[in-house]
Amino acid sequence: MNTAASHTAPPPSSVPPRRSFFRWVTAGISVVAGVLAGGPLIAYLLRPRSAPVEWVALGKVRDFPPQETRRVTFDNPIRQPWDGMVARATVFVRYEGKDPAGQDRFSVLDVNCAHLGCPVSWFPESALFMCPCHGGVYYSDGSRASGPPPRGLYECVWRIQGDHLEIQAPHYPTLQNTLTHEADSEGRPTTSTKPV
Amino acid sequence: MLRHPIPRAIEGPMGWWYIFGSASMTLLFLQILTGIGLALVYVPSADKAYDSLLYLNQSEPLGWFLRSLHYYAGSGMVVLVLAHMTQVFLQGAYKYPRELTWVLGVCLLLCTLGMFFTGQVLRWDPDAYWGLAVGASMAGRVPVLGPWIVELLLGGPVIGADSLSRFFALHVFVIPGLLLAALAVHLWLVLTCGISDVPRPGAPVDPRTYDAHYQQELHRAGVPFLGNAMLKDIFASAVAVIAVVIIAALMGPKGPTGPPDPTLPGANPRPEWPFLWLFALLALSPPSVETLVMLVFPVVLIVALFLVPFVNNRGERSPSRRPVAVLSVIVIYTVLGALTYEGTTAPWSPAMTAWSGDPIPVAMVKQSTPLSLQGAVVFQNKNCRNCHALDGIGGRRGPDLTLVGSRLTRDQLIDQVSNGTPGAKGSPGGGEMPAYGKQISPPQMTALVDFLSNLRPKGQPPAEPAAHPSARNDQP
Repeated sequence: MNTAASHTAPPPSSVPPRRSFFRWVTAGISVVAGVLAGGPLIAYLLRPRSAPVEWVALGKVRDFPPQETRRVTFDNPIRQPWDGMVARATVFVRYEGKDPAGQDRFSVLDVNCAHLGCPVSWFPESALFMCPCHGGVYYSDGSRASGPPPRGLYECVWRIQGDHLEIQAPHYPTLQNTLTHEADSEGRPTTSTKPV
Repeated sequence: MLRHPIPRAIEGPMGWWYIFGSASMTLLFLQILTGIGLALVYVPSADKAYDSLLYLNQSEPLGWFLRSLHYYAGSGMVVLVLAHMTQVFLQGAYKYPRELTWVLGVCLLLCTLGMFFTGQVLRWDPDAYWGLAVGASMAGRVPVLGPWIVELLLGGPVIGADSLSRFFALHVFVIPGLLLAALAVHLWLVLTCGISDVPRPGAPVDPRTYDAHYQQELHRAGVPFLGNAMLKDIFASAVAVIAVVIIAALMGPKGPTGPPDPTLPGANPRPEWPFLWLFALLALSPPSVETLVMLVFPVVLIVALFLVPFVNNRGERSPSRRPVAVLSVIVIYTVLGALTYEGTTAPWSPAMTAWSGDPIPVAMVKQSTPLSLQGAVVFQNKNCRNCHALDGIGGRRGPDLTLVGSRLTRDQLIDQVSNGTPGAKGSPGGGEMPAYGKQISPPQMTALVDFLSNLRPKGQPPAEPAAHPSARNDQP
């Protein structure tokens, strides 16, 4: 449809002001339309989903015998109402006795292998965690024993509320986004996991 | 479109090489139809997806067959797309003027593989859940942007309902949209550039004269596509459809392997077959280069595929004059095949139940001393069997210990068990074997070493410390 016009149209420099104005208006209104529709769309797609810190009770402190690793499953409060059984989560809890100040000490390790996230299993006889995917092995304190993992198991942040052990609801941990929010490239778990 | 002329040689027996593209397209249409059928029942919600899959398998009439067909036609599509690419590569059909057609073809391959991966997630079973976990962990290794990409992939801070919805949108809307768009351009380019002639040795492609020569040949001896060439395509497509239908009916639907409960013990995630080679590559690469292999290697591979026609778009087309091309194909498929085999058997994975599931072969403990018998119990209880096989049964991560007594002395055994195999200093990964020093008591160690050093052929003495080099000189 433009071809017919271009045969007779004068050179672009002498486009009538009315038409030139209309071009600018069209360009402008298109940009406005794009921003109005695209802005919220992109904001929706890239919206940050920073979950508020939530605490999950894992059980009574005295129910955890000293120096014994216990597998604890719970419903993760970081979830959608229609998550179903996928919201269930596993951690390994070990009561490490009291520190010199008389405070209870725990080690709460996440189930996801630090290598590629597969679920590790606890073997009490050999006191080792083993991963079924690529053979990562960890000692009872979560430090790396053998295999490809670049660090120890991820530690959960815990606290004692009344006589209950609670942990911060864990997100999916990765090397740069651990559960203690501290990049730790050492082979040992972070030592910063103190009662909060 | 159907009457457009094509080179005469394609009507001959060489035309059978040209069937793979149309056959994979036929399977794509079958995928669209079965996919729509499945979408009528499947519920893409984390708490209902598994139940709706079971309903499809068990209650919905022919639901099981639709699921099965969708899986095996998808697998067939991957096979045919690869066959099509291999044929185009071997016969130099990607050369001038069809470079862009090849590029679109690589896009189609990536879309097909993307459909496979996202489709596996929709199967919402433990493999899907842990597949997402592995994918997220790999993405999490991207420098700086890692955590952001993980959120984008999972649709939130955890693997859950948002992850499933996200992969449903990818599998049903985003990737099919891209795939069909790429296919449209691919087909338009096939029509515009014409179908490449059968390659002849000694007839190199020269971009300056190619077009004129091709058109001239078409004018002189072109035949309509709607003829014997298309007949071959239809025949091959029909064979492909019948093959996947028979396989689907015989094999039945794939999974779901179990409810998507991440707390279920015994999860043993494996990727789908087109990705087994990558799984093996990641398991076999040393920890120090692993992140590089994980993140950079696939990108290099994809870029290399895209660049194929730009590296060399002229010259000989016939495979008989392109030994490097033929050799590359052989090497690539051998490597992919070997890695896929390794990925299927996964010898690096510990056999998590071997310690309790595989008893010590009776012949190994017959006439043993009580100490040695005690050692056999320690061997089982300490989960040694998860990584070490006896008589070929057990884990294969560590060496088979059936004859270890003739290889290692008692001192060497004690050292190996106590200290394990330390990882290289500065290496991000650990060694091959954990140190059992703190996991085993002195009496247990004594018994274990007694058991292990007796594992040797009848009549053969236990291993002895290696003789000092100076002592060897005395030998005649």
